[in-house]
Amino acid sequence: MNIPYTVEIRPDTGLANGKLGIWLFLASEVMLFGALFSTYIILRNGAAEWPHGELSVPLGAINTVILISSSVTMVMAWASLKLNDWAKHRLYLIATFVLAALFLVNKYFEYSDHLAKGEGPWHSTFLAIYFTLTGLHGLHIVGGMIVMAYFIGPGAKLWKANADQFANRIEYTGLYWHFVDLVWIFLFPVLYLL
Amino acid sequence: MDNVSSHGTTAHGHVHEHPHEHAHEELGWWRKYVFSVDHKVIGIQYAITGLLFLLFGFCLMMIMRWQLAYPGRPIPLIGQWLGQARAPMGIMLPEFYNQLGAMHGTIMVFMGVVPLAVGGFGNFVLPLQIGAPDMAFPKINMASYWAYFLGGVTMLLSFFQRGGAAQSGWTSYPPLADIADGQTVWLIGMVFLITSSLLGSINFIVTTVQLRAKGLSWMRLPFFVWAQFVTSFLLLLAFPPLEAAAVLQLMDRLVGTSFFLPSGLVISGKPLAVAGGGNPVLWQHLFWFLAHPEVYVLILPAMGIVSEIIANNTRKPLWGYTAMVYSVVFIGFMSFVVWAHHMFMTGMGTTMSAFFQTTTMIISIPSVVILTALLLSLWGASIRFTTPMLFALAFLPMFGIGGLTGLPLGLAPSDIHLHDTYYVIGHFHYVVAPGTIFGLFAGVYYWFPKATGRKMNDLLGTLHFWTSFLCINLVFMPMFIEGLAGMNRRMYDGGMQYKYNASVLHWNVVQGYAAWGLGLAQIFFIVNFFMSIKWGKAVDRNPWEATTLEWSAPSPPGHGNFLTEPIVYRGPYEYSVPGAARDFSPQFEPEKA
Repeated sequence: MNIPYTVEIRPDTGLANGKLGIWLFLASEVMLFGALFSTYIILRNGAAEWPHGELSVPLGAINTVILISSSVTMVMAWASLKLNDWAKHRLYLIATFVLAALFLVNKYFEYSDHLAKGEGPWHSTFLAIYFTLTGLHGLHIVGGMIVMAYFIGPGAKLWKANADQFANRIEYTGLYWHFVDLVWIFLFPVLYLL
Repeated sequence: MDNVSSHGTTAHGHVHEHPHEHAHEELGWWRKYVFSVDHKVIGIQYAITGLLFLLFGFCLMMIMRWQLAYPGRPIPLIGQWLGQARAPMGIMLPEFYNQLGAMHGTIMVFMGVVPLAVGGFGNFVLPLQIGAPDMAFPKINMASYWAYFLGGVTMLLSFFQRGGAAQSGWTSYPPLADIADGQTVWLIGMVFLITSSLLGSINFIVTTVQLRAKGLSWMRLPFFVWAQFVTSFLLLLAFPPLEAAAVLQLMDRLVGTSFFLPSGLVISGKPLAVAGGGNPVLWQHLFWFLAHPEVYVLILPAMGIVSEIIANNTRKPLWGYTAMVYSVVFIGFMSFVVWAHHMFMTGMGTTMSAFFQTTTMIISIPSVVILTALLLSLWGASIRFTTPMLFALAFLPMFGIGGLTGLPLGLAPSDIHLHDTYYVIGHFHYVVAPGTIFGLFAGVYYWFPKATGRKMNDLLGTLHFWTSFLCINLVFMPMFIEGLAGMNRRMYDGGMQYKYNASVLHWNVVQGYAAWGLGLAQIFFIVNFFMSIKWGKAVDRNPWEATTLEWSAPSPPGHGNFLTEPIVYRGPYEYSVPGAARDFSPQFEPEKA
């Protein structure tokens, strides 16, 4: 039994099922991070004082550049598929994966720096929200990497069987990845600069 | 693979011997009944698991009702099996009472009603009603059931950990919930349940938008589909903030953060060794941001079911279908801006209170519109008093009582007196128990023939209805009296320790008997349910002479649902069309049939 509109677009809605699905998922993600950002605002408003300069701005800035670059390579990975250039697609998808890994390495140094000083999330409200927000964002990075690893590895077979469906899946992965990137673009100023 | 359409017959109104036997592909037992991707099997899995959890949650309440009626007396029959940590010598400990209270709420809401209403009826009925072969993402559908199952098992196992299950109420307010036993496992269980709901809601929305049959435009959708559609948006957008809140509470409990713990907190005479700086009211905001829309998640599917049944049994179109659709969409929007009416007593200020009491009064309007439309649909009809119709008819006044008693709670001044009393319990139980659960029973009786090919017994159904109707009102009506007299909720001795309760204490005994009677009344249902699977009256596709698409599929439908691609020719409730040969004109029959 085949589900209609898995690959082809339904004429009156202009959508394939997966596209709508991933946007709805992202809507729920907006609500998740929205709630956490609201938490940040409420806690900060209620705090007698708010620490500044606890985080390394250069490290945060480097990570911002890394993630924005990974968004670019992600788009290229999808665009190469549309141009039927499999080799370039592989290259860009692997590049995205590597950039994501670099982001996590960087994050690891930041975390271990704090923990070495004994300043874990229990230390203060600021560090609590910092670790929670970036930790949850980090889990989203890991989730994205798992999906990418799947499409670099066993999932790549689909390209031969159904090129359109494979391209769609890479597109949906990309949408998710841009969202993860976007969350960081909010996190960076909120936690590092303000 | 696709031997569904290849076995297409002249489907319409034609009694085929055993159409389903030809229709579905052959799968092994495990993939067919356990790890199935068929929306109907998943729907039935959801429904049966949900019904079992409803029964279990109700059993917890029957034990609590003993303690409330006869505080400190050993629990008969099962008291001796509960163990030293819960009920030494069969006498219930306050801690155990708290566990029962918290878990009763959690189980009934998150593991009983929502899985049955959305997971069960939504899964089984919605794709059939829109003429889809299955849900848009069958594997995600299976994953959402198993996430729910894991969440349910986690919650059940939490009773057996040291310190017992969660005991801070289903609302889990900190600071208590941050430090009380059992809460960690509760939070982990909730994360599973939330994941399940999120996956499910995405599936329902995509299915509704993408897989509607040819000719099924938005305003031809059955009202049930609209109700599920709006419900899915509520689940999708309201649950993530609770997930965030659950993560924060887990951080508080496991990592030692103080999101919800203010500075200078003293517990049992000792200052709590945490950084402080947190905000307990923050939890309430995040929790009620989910939990108020959740109220509509509980009620809207039941409204949808009741609408289907009322249209079918009055043999008339629903009165004001368009107004009902706009109302349900409006309810969806408004339900996101009423949450803080649960928090008038937190001292959040009069400006906030004024805002939220205004929005609360506004949201009551569309609810009243829907209820009024359903009532007016009865006008002048020659009603068929079938078993599902009895439950659907009872839904109207019961939900009416539940809704109208909510108004004094939505106004800040009267809420000050009523807050945290039995009045609140009476109010929301009228909405959810004789309201929603009666709606769900109506749905079970109504769609049972579609799922099994057999009808449930009407005599047992009628007995089930009248005994339940009587008992359930005797349980909940006295709560308004108790609450107005000032009796607080969540007291393990039933309010005995306060003198001012003396005049209403005797109601606890009445409610006890009524609750146990209600338990006995469900035996009619259980017997009927299992008996009818085997010996119920066999029926063909459309036993209720209904108009919506699910009745054009075989009973039970095979994998892939329809034998020929369904095409929709008209609106959902064209009953008693003047000039038509019969008193129902199904959506799936062309004009000159």
